[in-house]
Amino acid sequence: MNEALLRSLTPSVLGILVRRGADFAAAEDAVQDALVEAVRVWPDDMPRDPKGWLVTVAWRRFLDATRADVSRRRREDRIDDEPAPGPVPATDDTLQLYFLCAHPSLTPSSAVALTLRAVGGLTTRQIAQAYLVPEATMAQRISRAKRTVSGARFDRPGDVATVLRTLYLVFNEGYSGDVDLAAEAIRLTRQLAAAIDHPEVAGLLSLMLLHHARRAARTAPDGSLVPLAEQDRGRWDTGTIAEGIGILQTALSRDRLGEFQAQAAIAALHADAPTAEETDWVQIVEWYDELAALTDSPVVRLNRAVAVGEADGPRAGLAALADLDDALPRHTAAAAYLHERDGDLVVAARLYADAARKATNLAERAHLTRQAARLNGRPELLGSRGADPRPSCS
Amino acid sequence: MAKYLLLKHYRGAPEAANCVPMEQWTQEEISAHMKYMHDFAARLEETGEFVDGQALAPEGTWVRYDGEGRPPVTDGPFAETKDLIAGWMVIDVDTYERAVELAGELSAAPGAGGEPIHEWLELRPFLAEQPTITE
Repeated sequence: MNEALLRSLTPSVLGILVRRGADFAAAEDAVQDALVEAVRVWPDDMPRDPKGWLVTVAWRRFLDATRADVSRRRREDRIDDEPAPGPVPATDDTLQLYFLCAHPSLTPSSAVALTLRAVGGLTTRQIAQAYLVPEATMAQRISRAKRTVSGARFDRPGDVATVLRTLYLVFNEGYSGDVDLAAEAIRLTRQLAAAIDHPEVAGLLSLMLLHHARRAARTAPDGSLVPLAEQDRGRWDTGTIAEGIGILQTALSRDRLGEFQAQAAIAALHADAPTAEETDWVQIVEWYDELAALTDSPVVRLNRAVAVGEADGPRAGLAALADLDDALPRHTAAAAYLHERDGDLVVAARLYADAARKATNLAERAHLTRQAARLNGRPELLGSRGADPRPSCS
Repeated sequence: MAKYLLLKHYRGAPEAANCVPMEQWTQEEISAHMKYMHDFAARLEETGEFVDGQALAPEGTWVRYDGEGRPPVTDGPFAETKDLIAGWMVIDVDTYERAVELAGELSAAPGAGGEPIHEWLELRPFLAEQPTITE
């Protein structure tokens, strides 16, 4: 049974049912029934038009369920009486589903769950495992999200920015359980890019590909993080990098810059450098300036400060950092790095240890602890051993 | 089967024999420690005894209800709080003896000098409904 085929057909079948006027939650149930039926029937009797077959079966299931449910009689009448929604310009049913699942009325976590369920065709169990929550919790999250968007009609264009943010959230979740969310996010973004001509969609796809291309080099065999400068560039996936850069160049030539294109441009400049020393930091700082103008995000300004430290020296980087709130995530880690570059190893070691305590994930905490350990292991720092009053051993 | 919580403390546990803060170890010692912890959890997954493992940020906030229509009151972190949980592992084992055995193994994770830390871990049984056999 071709699971990939079923999964690729699911969103457009669902989109067609919703556009015919089916309530989203009921449509989803009907499509699930049709998929179960397909798994049963297709191995012995493959239809010539799989999508048409699914639509027919799902629509019949939907009507049966609606008729069987007396309390829904009124809604059925309404569906029969209502004129079918008019044609939606320049979009297909799959695209509408993206907009529905990332509807602005949903919280980010609900939008992510609904997108993976309805557009990605993952099971509730797979999504629950990927996000490390109990299956019942995820099932509730998805049901509530369905109820929230059930009233939404396909009568105005959706919000591309919300869809892109949702897909980027999925991508950044990375990998846990048996679902590779980064690969899934790329698959869904590719599908979106095929359905809509929008430079920011291309920008996001490019950004994902450029990050994904470095994945093999990002972690050491023992699972620890390898910083960009120390990665073995021979392990970067050049084919994926070339694809990402090609998509980005086409998008940039449209002259409608957005934050994802700018982020992809920075990733592309890193990917372009044969060695870390050859990185074009001056151009990276220029892109951060563009990005800061587009987003006004403190995280962007923090990354810009680090880039300034590479382009104009650590003192310049520290000066840029001094303008920013030191409560920002990774502010202390950036300061530690720049102090080390500036040769102030005692301060750097203390800041790395501080940054490790503030880290928001285990891999980062371990990495920053290692940096502190690396500096503490240097003879010129032996005097500072034991200066840490922390009684913890871990 | 019975579930137990293995609690690690930043503060509040008796001092470990090999208590050198991690940022004072060598990088190789850190790698060895991480590998030990990872392998331990992986082995318990294979034996079907692993339930969950999580690490917590050192700093948190105290929160309490402040009455109808008012936002919750927050306070802290308090430097004088004696006990500070660092993280936990939940195991599901057949006997108390097995739980003690596993806690002992986890406490033997290597630290400075590659020697076991001898960290004190707190072993707490879950309160569970015991099925009663009436026959």
